[in-house]
Amino acid sequence: MEDEASVIYGLEFQARALSAQTAESDQVRFFVGTQSLKAENQVHHIDFDDENNQISKNVFLHRVGEIWHLSASTVDKNLLATCYNKTSESKAEMCAAVWRLPSDFDTLQSEDHSSHQSLELVCDLAASDSGDMKSVLWHPTGDSSNMVGIADSHILVWELETSSASAKLVSSAELEAKGQPRLTCGQWNPHHNCTQIATANDTFIRGWDLRTMEQVYTIENAHGQLVRDLDFNPNKQYYMVSCGDDCKVKFWDIRNVTEPLKVLAHHSHWVWSVKYNHFHDQLVLTSSSDSCVILSNIVSLSSEPYGHLVDNEGDSDREDMDAKDKDSVLPQDGVIATYEEHEDSVYAVDWSSADPWVFASLSYDGRLVINRVPRAEKYKILL
Amino acid sequence: MADVEQEKDEGERKKRHGMLKMYYGLEEDKPGAATLDPCDINGAHFKPDFYLSKLIREKSLTELMDKEADMVSQIRSLDSDMQTLVYENYNKFISATDTIRKMKNDFKKMEDEMDHLASNMSAITDFSAKISVTLQDRRMQITKLSGVHALLKKLQFLFELPARLKKCIEMQAYSQAVRYYTKAQRVLHQYQHMPSFQGINKDCTDIITELRQKLRNQFKDRESTPKQLAECVDLLLQLNDPAEELCDEFLAHACQKLNMDLAELDRQIKLQMGEQVTLESQRPSQAYLNTPMEESAEIQDILEFVDLGCNGFLSNICLVIASYNDMFLNKLQEDENMDTIALKKLVNFVNALMEQYFAYVQRRVQLEKETGDNTILVRALDRFHRRLQAMNKLLPDTDFSRAGTDIVSKAAKDRVVHYLDSLKQHFADCLTDIRQNLAAPRLTGKQDGLNELLSKIQSACMDQIKSVLSNLQAFIASDITFAMKPYFRGPFCASEVREVLVVGYLKHVNSACQEFCEGSGEKGSAPPSLILILSRLCLEFDSSTISYLISLTEEQFEVDPRNNLTQVSQLCTEAKATSQTLLNHFVKVQGLAISQMLRKSVETRDWLNTIEPRNVRAVMKRVVEDITSIDTQVGQLYEEGVRNERSSDSSRRTHSHTASSLQRKQGSQWNFTPSIDNSLMSNIQKLFSEKIEIFSAVEFSKVSVLTGIIKISLKTFMECVRLRTFGRYGLQQIQVDTHYLQLYLWRFVTDENLVQVLLDEIVCSTVHRCLDPVLMEPSVIELICERG
Repeated sequence: MEDEASVIYGLEFQARALSAQTAESDQVRFFVGTQSLKAENQVHHIDFDDENNQISKNVFLHRVGEIWHLSASTVDKNLLATCYNKTSESKAEMCAAVWRLPSDFDTLQSEDHSSHQSLELVCDLAASDSGDMKSVLWHPTGDSSNMVGIADSHILVWELETSSASAKLVSSAELEAKGQPRLTCGQWNPHHNCTQIATANDTFIRGWDLRTMEQVYTIENAHGQLVRDLDFNPNKQYYMVSCGDDCKVKFWDIRNVTEPLKVLAHHSHWVWSVKYNHFHDQLVLTSSSDSCVILSNIVSLSSEPYGHLVDNEGDSDREDMDAKDKDSVLPQDGVIATYEEHEDSVYAVDWSSADPWVFASLSYDGRLVINRVPRAEKYKILL
Repeated sequence: MADVEQEKDEGERKKRHGMLKMYYGLEEDKPGAATLDPCDINGAHFKPDFYLSKLIREKSLTELMDKEADMVSQIRSLDSDMQTLVYENYNKFISATDTIRKMKNDFKKMEDEMDHLASNMSAITDFSAKISVTLQDRRMQITKLSGVHALLKKLQFLFELPARLKKCIEMQAYSQAVRYYTKAQRVLHQYQHMPSFQGINKDCTDIITELRQKLRNQFKDRESTPKQLAECVDLLLQLNDPAEELCDEFLAHACQKLNMDLAELDRQIKLQMGEQVTLESQRPSQAYLNTPMEESAEIQDILEFVDLGCNGFLSNICLVIASYNDMFLNKLQEDENMDTIALKKLVNFVNALMEQYFAYVQRRVQLEKETGDNTILVRALDRFHRRLQAMNKLLPDTDFSRAGTDIVSKAAKDRVVHYLDSLKQHFADCLTDIRQNLAAPRLTGKQDGLNELLSKIQSACMDQIKSVLSNLQAFIASDITFAMKPYFRGPFCASEVREVLVVGYLKHVNSACQEFCEGSGEKGSAPPSLILILSRLCLEFDSSTISYLISLTEEQFEVDPRNNLTQVSQLCTEAKATSQTLLNHFVKVQGLAISQMLRKSVETRDWLNTIEPRNVRAVMKRVVEDITSIDTQVGQLYEEGVRNERSSDSSRRTHSHTASSLQRKQGSQWNFTPSIDNSLMSNIQKLFSEKIEIFSAVEFSKVSVLTGIIKISLKTFMECVRLRTFGRYGLQQIQVDTHYLQLYLWRFVTDENLVQVLLDEIVCSTVHRCLDPVLMEPSVIELICERG
């Protein structure tokens, strides 16, 4: 069976911010934030019609500046947060704000595309003077309206009041280490009642307890070079994956911070993004500045029973098939596919929140590519 | 001429004889076919008429005339021959008649003497008959008397027997006593019913019981010599003691002695093991006893140990076996069953002890780790092996030499493993040496060491392995008996020396080198130059060293390479792969080091608020310096490599050309800012340039290595630039920096276009990230760069 071809969507600007519309669980939708110093920046709301293999878009203006990071709310599908670069003649600072979509696809079919609507500002996320905002995290399960911001060397927690359109800074913590540490990224741990986050600075990965705002663990020299991204296994509470400038992807058990569980080294340049599939955590996506997106199958560290064989042997229909591909019966760790549709560095990749088999990747030249997990692999996991 | 004449003569004589024979009817030697010819004048069936007519018919007149003359002369000569013969025969008849007449006279005289002799003989016969008749009575009497005498003597012996036995026992002449007793025993037994004999019998039995007891005691005495023992057993057997019991006792006794020998061996082993401790503990007592002799005698080397074993234990056990054979096996032939039981006992006994002995020897041999020299060990093992072979002959059905060879093989195996370990250690030491050398090159003031270090480690490895091989050759020297055994030699040479030692070592070198690549993340891991040297070393291994070493081994140890052994090609491939990995790793490490510098320099600067560039930034100079020094390092070990040739001045022209085209292109971009064009342009540009693999494998050449490093560095530069926002002067500074890099880096790479493309991309990215993109004039840039 032929796999359906990937769908490519070109943006006019350079871009590095990509996020699935997390709260949307029916439609395959993504947000893309552009990055241009000169033109007005935009947030593209992309809808992917799986059956017709078609993309439709909604463009919203984001006038305040180029978007460096974008995250969609986990509760309200019309909310999203951006980290943007506010530039003036001699100054460039990174701010964060929460926005509301002025309209959705359903209401906006007939509108002409020449004039785009602007995003409605819900509230600015005040960072006082903690430095440049790197990213904003929504509460993973949406049980609380708290948000976490990663600034230069600070972790900030806000409580968002959508009704009164205000965000109150609840608590903050400063990372103290020698040589002005700069946090590069952060991820909210969806386990343990969502009380932990993990951040990365330089070659370190640190875990924080949000209740006390203190460090709980540190992985020193997690990577040979800068750590670029982190993600938590959605189903196994202690498992985490990280990637970085040493071209490697490392899997960790945060109870044992001395040794990684597994190291992948398939990329030939820095790995910028790593994402667990929310539904099948053996599927791991990575994107890199070698212009490749790699889909790996790490069944040995997933919540799937490892080494479990196809156990419905009584089913005579399938026996022939089993005999045919006996080698593939036992799933092995490895690369499922390498996607090379991009021409430039791929800085962001994300899984769809609605369809477990669809994912998007975004390269710097503004090319968004939507791909599916190969059918063979999909059936291997499902059957 | 004379010969011919003689032959003719000979032929004539034969003919003559033949004719005479024929005449007398002696025709047996004539072939039948010839005789049937009627034309053969010499044949029996000659027909004169037929012959004559034939002649007349066939021959011409002259021939007939000749034939006639010939015939006449033949007839003449035959006649004269006949006369001579008749005369000779006549003479012989006359002399025969004379002889017969003489014989007649002699026989008459003899007949008379014979008659005389016959009469004398008959007279003698008469006399002798008369004498025998007179003497007959006396003879009967004498026979009777002598019978009585003998009987009396026997009786006397019996009566005296107890006393004699006692005396014998007193004098410890046990064998005598036993001989007496066995002589008398049967008689005593027969006449037991008579009271007098009964007494004697009882006395004797008592004495003999005592004797038996004594013998038993002596038998059990640990001090008695094997010879005494043998005697005891012999006597006891004569006294009809149960043989099986004796066997057991004998063996038990022997066992004690042998165990003492073994204990001595054990003590030696313990001494060897706990050398220090034992000496320490002995010192005070020695001080008291003042016996310095002890110490020197205490610890023996392996040869002495084996000697001790051979001379003590082995010779004793041989003695035991020999005497056992004499005593039990060779005597009990009448009882086949007994024989096998006794033999089985012996075999079990010997096996158990030998097992113990082997265990000791094995332990001792295993202790022999430290010496670098094999000769003593090999001599010891050889002696041991020979001795065991000798023992084999003594006791059939057992094969100690096999077990002995196993020990020898084990020892050889241990040696090989030991050598392998020391080789590994040596390699590690070499690496440490190099590290130290690299760590302090400035002290010696020499920077050109890489080449020398490479050749040093290479020759050190070779020398070491060669010396090990020559050491191991002691094991297969021609004067060593076990070396000739195929079941030792084959596996030793092929699987031990070649596979375990040489191949094992080569594999170790490989994996040790590989390890340097794996610990990439850790800071302070192997210095890059070491990795470079190792990479070259592995390449050398691939190209020559491995095949040389393997063929050297095969030659020295006569290994057949066709057997199921690790192939040279396989090893070479592994070495080459390792070399490649190391070189890639070197590129990566160096690239990352330079990347780190560039990254820091981009990240830490405020690009929005810089002043107009006047200089090339120091970090760029540093990058160029570092790359130059890497270039010299690599140049020491690797060849230049192929470069897409282009002359140097054209390159500068090309650069200024591209720079201006770049400016034109960018100028058009930022003048009316449609970003579609923007990405389109860069995409089109990328379509035409090949995709650049950043951390790709490099070739074994200097330019390829340098290209790899530069690619990594420039890619990092670009990625970092993309993360920042630039002001006008920031952009211009980047322009200056990239131009500077272009000026200095093109000479290191395979394809200078590559550098150009990467640098263009950096400037391009910077333009995108610039708030106020105003490019600097190329002439100004060049000016600044030339000044810097």
